Formats: sequence, structure tokens, C-alpha cells
Amino acid sequence: MPSFANKGLNESDTVELSGAERHATTAKLSQSNQARVGVRLRVALPLLIIFLIIALLIGLYVGYQPLDLAALRSDPIARAVFLRLRLPRVVMAGLVGASLAMVGAALQALFRNPLADPFTLGVSGGAALGASIAIALGVGLSFAGVPLIFIAAFTGAGLSVFLVYRLAHSGGGVMLPGALLLAGVVLNLCASAGVLVIQYLASYGRALQILRWLIGSLDVVGFDLIWKMLIFLIPGWLVLVANARDLHLLATGQESAASLGVDVRHTERMVFIASSLIVGVTVSVGGAIGFVGLIVPHAARLVFGQDVRVLLPASFLLGAAFLILADTLARVAISPGELPVGAITALLGGPVFLLLLRKQQRYSAM
Amino acid sequence: MKSDLSTTRATQITGRDALVNADGPLIQAQHLSFAYSSLPAVADVSLELPRGAMGALIGANGSGKSTLIRLLAGLLKPDSGEMIFNDAPLSTLDGRERAKRIAYVPQSTATVFPFTALEVVLTGRSPYSGRFRFESAHDEQIALAALDALDAAHLAARHITELSGGERQLVTVARALAQEPELMLLDEPASALDLKHRTQLARALRRLRDERGIAVLMITHDLMLLDSAADLIFAMKCGRIVASGPPEAVLTDKVLGEVYDAPVRTMRSDGRTFVWSEL
Repeated sequence: MPSFANKGLNESDTVELSGAERHATTAKLSQSNQARVGVRLRVALPLLIIFLIIALLIGLYVGYQPLDLAALRSDPIARAVFLRLRLPRVVMAGLVGASLAMVGAALQALFRNPLADPFTLGVSGGAALGASIAIALGVGLSFAGVPLIFIAAFTGAGLSVFLVYRLAHSGGGVMLPGALLLAGVVLNLCASAGVLVIQYLASYGRALQILRWLIGSLDVVGFDLIWKMLIFLIPGWLVLVANARDLHLLATGQESAASLGVDVRHTERMVFIASSLIVGVTVSVGGAIGFVGLIVPHAARLVFGQDVRVLLPASFLLGAAFLILADTLARVAISPGELPVGAITALLGGPVFLLLLRKQQRYSAM
Repeated sequence: MKSDLSTTRATQITGRDALVNADGPLIQAQHLSFAYSSLPAVADVSLELPRGAMGALIGANGSGKSTLIRLLAGLLKPDSGEMIFNDAPLSTLDGRERAKRIAYVPQSTATVFPFTALEVVLTGRSPYSGRFRFESAHDEQIALAALDALDAAHLAARHITELSGGERQLVTVARALAQEPELMLLDEPASALDLKHRTQLARALRRLRDERGIAVLMITHDLMLLDSAADLIFAMKCGRIVASGPPEAVLTDKVLGEVYDAPVRTMRSDGRTFVWSEL
């Protein structure tokens, strides 16, 4: 058989050729440290912090009346307005934006779906339903009752995550991206139907209150509410960051992650609880502000790559800056009136969602 | 470098358990059974794979091969029976310790996120670094060397979503290699590979066995390749192992005919086995 006689010769040829090739590639790659994640994070964080500071300054400066530094020093009223109204509002926007964006990035990795976001998965909807029930029952009438709304919204969010997961994850470990989003849509519909029923049944005053709250606003007086939020948010953030490595491994595939030693069930549970907590608190304060968790991680991916360990902190900082800027726009766009910030994020987020959907269809065609 | 690592590992194990027998089997399955809800997939399977051996798992579709591999990888818990790895129950190793010794390559490796191939291979280093530590330059060298060993170094910077099915399989095998395991469990690693890459993968696995003593157990439907690549073949049917042994003992008309329930013919020539089936 002549083909076998040639075999030895061909073999050594291939090895030599690819050997030279491979050394070139190896050298090139190890010279440029671009691939190294630690390096990428060290570049990303300072850049993002600078961006966040710029956003903060813009948010603090721009408003119904631009900031007057001289007046701030001399006029106690101007100072009070700044410290009790504008500063808390900008901080609130930052907290909500950072939280939603980081939860978005975490859920995307967990569900291995770039379209996952507290809003598209129906988690915000569940939180809204929980909070509406709390308001209708009267526990949300005053700010003193805020922790109760937190808990109601947290419960609603938690139930939604659990349901979406069970619906889309019908055994076998394979999660169909379409099923996940459909489950989210259905949950959102059910939740808003629930909210409508509650509004219909509630007294006129409370129905109006639910409506105003659903539209969402980052308006806040003083820092009391912000401290209360931080009690819930900080543990949630820490849990997500602590799970960043496992989320990164999960994003490359569930079975692979499990074989690399990730306790998949445990990670899922921790991320679900942390996400529900964060979404519950932010939604019960700011209303359902959509698409932040979708746009921001996507933008972070474009700039800093796919590594979830970079994406989580990057989305956190970028989300804060993004919502501060969006809220600034909401405050001044039709000044002296005010647009709901959720409208602005939805106007930006809708097209991004459609773009991503197109892209994903291409991927899942494989 | 690699041999240093394995020596320390060996002494660690010896330190923990003085009864370790270096000549004993690397992994041993004892009367494993597993059922998905009530559908039995693996029934009373026992097998032994020696250190540094290349084993292959063959059988018809749905005969329980993937389930058995997942059990051995520690991804599924057996309903009954036990896996013994290095003379200790596999269940005593925690996930990350297990991942340093046993690497698993799943059948499908599709991901929606455009990670680079190098990023994917680098995840194989995660059992060695802490929760808050990123991969070092050393890890990167190992990852690149793993791609290199499979002649896939040119894929390092490519996005995994843009690769062909076969290229993705090579990248996933490279990730398993980057784990520096003692045992690699591969679920149809060559199913999407063309003839050239199939041969290359078999050659690479054989080289790894010879140079680093890595044992391999792979599921495959490519019976012709086995003859030259495998030391041991396990044939499964209906959740049981019905035949095992060296290729010349398993790749026969009688055994294959029974395993596949089809008229399989074999012919030995030039020290090779040719397998085909009658229509």
C-alpha cells in the first residue's frame, strides 16, 4: 500500500512546519500581555473610576439651577439644597445604576445569555408586584415602612428568578436561550397583570401611589434611605464579587464549570439570592428602571472583553456613571419639568436589546 | 517542570495514605449504577484503568457511555457503587482537588460569549489559583503549551464563537490538558474532527501518555482509530460493560456484532484492524 509508505515522511513534514509556526505564535502572544486578565483589570478600573468621577461632577453641576460654588459657600439654603437634594439624588442614581448593571452582568453569565437582565427576566416585574402588594396593604405609606417594601420586593424578585430558572431549565442541564427569554416575558406579563388587579382593587390614593412608584424616580431627600439601602446592597454586591470566578467558569459552560470544581448549585443559589436582594431593594426605591443591566455589561464587554471577573466590577462602575448621566438628562431635558429616568434607559435599551437579539440568533444558529 | 509537579503530588498522596500502591489502577469503578429519574442508564458497571493507559469506551448510542464518563468525572453521583481514584474514594476529593487530577471534556462545547480560545484554555488553570487571584504568566505559558501540544496554537487569539466545531473540540481538549491532570475523560473528542485532526489528536494523546503518563478514557465511534491508539477498549451495551480488553480482543466480528446489534465485519491486515458493516 503506497499510501502507508509515505506516512512517515508526511508526518515529520507537518510537525516541522507547524513547529516553526507555533513558536512564532507563542512568542507573539506572550510578548503582548493583552490576554492577561489581571493586567486588563488594572487598566479598566482606573479608567472607569475617572469616568465615574466625571459623571458625578456633571450630575452634581447640572440641574434646574447650575451649581454655584460661591453661593454654596455663603448661602446656607443653597448648601442645604445641594446636600439634602442634589447630592443624595446623584448618589442614589449611582447606587441603583451600579447595582442593576452588576446584577445584569452576573445573570448573563449564570444563564449564559447576553440578553439576560433583571428587567428582561421578569425579576424587576416580580419585585414590582411584591412592592405593589406592600403599598396596597398600606405598609409602604411612609418611609419608616421602607424595609417592609424591601422585603416584599425581595420576595417577589426571588420568586421570579426561581420561576424563570425552573421554566427555562427543564432538566438535562441545557438551557434554551429562547425559553429563558419567553419565561421572562411571560413572568413580566403576569406580574403587570397582578399589579393592575391590585391597583384596581386598591383605594384611589393608594392606586395613584402605586402608579407614581411604578414610573420610578430617584428623587430622595437626605441620606436616611440611602443608608437603609446600603445595609441590603453591600452584602449583595459582596456575594456577587465573591462568586465572580465561578460565574466566569459558568459562562464558558455549565458542565465544564462543574468539571473544574465549581459547585454549580451553590453558586446558582448564592447569585439568585444576592440578585433578588439587590433588585428588590433598588426596584422598591427607584421603580423598575429597565435595560441598565443589559446596556452596561454589553458596553463593558465591548471595551474590556468577556472575562466575568473584569465585567462585574467594570459594570458596577460603568452602571453608576451611566445612570447618573441618564438621570441628569432626565432632570434637565424638559426643565423645569422632569422625565422619568426609566423612560430614558428604556429608549436607549430597546435598540440595544434588538441588536443583541440579532447577534444571538447568529450564534445559536450553530 | 511537569515531572516535578507529579512527584510532589505523588508524595503528598503517599503522605496522606501510606497504602498507596503505585502499580495499582489509577481509577476503578466498583459496581456503579445510575438512573435518570427511573430510567436506568448505567447498571452495575465495574472497570479498572491503569496509570498512563489509553482506554476507549465504545457502544451504540444510548448505551450509557456518556453517563459512565460523567460518573467517573464526579459530575454525577452514582445511585450505588463507588469510584476509587488513586486508592481513595473519589468522593473524598473536593471539586477543585478533583479538577487538578481529572479533566473532563464534554460532548458539546457551544458558548454564546465570544471568549478567546486562550481564555477558554486558561479556565483549565482555575483549580490552581485562588478565588481572587488571576492567572499568572506561568499559567498562560501552560495554556499556550497545551494549545501547542494539539497543534492549535494559531487559534489562541480567535473567538471561540467563530471557530468550527472541530477547532472548538481541540480548544476544549487543550483546556483539559491545561489542568495538568492524571486522567483525561473525553466524551467524543473527535466527533467533529476531520481525518487529519483526528489523527493529530490521537497522536497528541499518545504522546501525552508516553511523556507525562496521562491516562485517557475516551468515548469514540471511530473504531479504526482505536486499533492503533487504544491500549484497552471497554464495550458498553444497555448500561453494562459487555466486553473489555486490548483492541485485538474486542474488535472482532462476534463482539462488535453483539455490541452494535448489527452485522459488523472486521479484518486484520498489516497489524491493523479494518471494521465495516454489511448493509
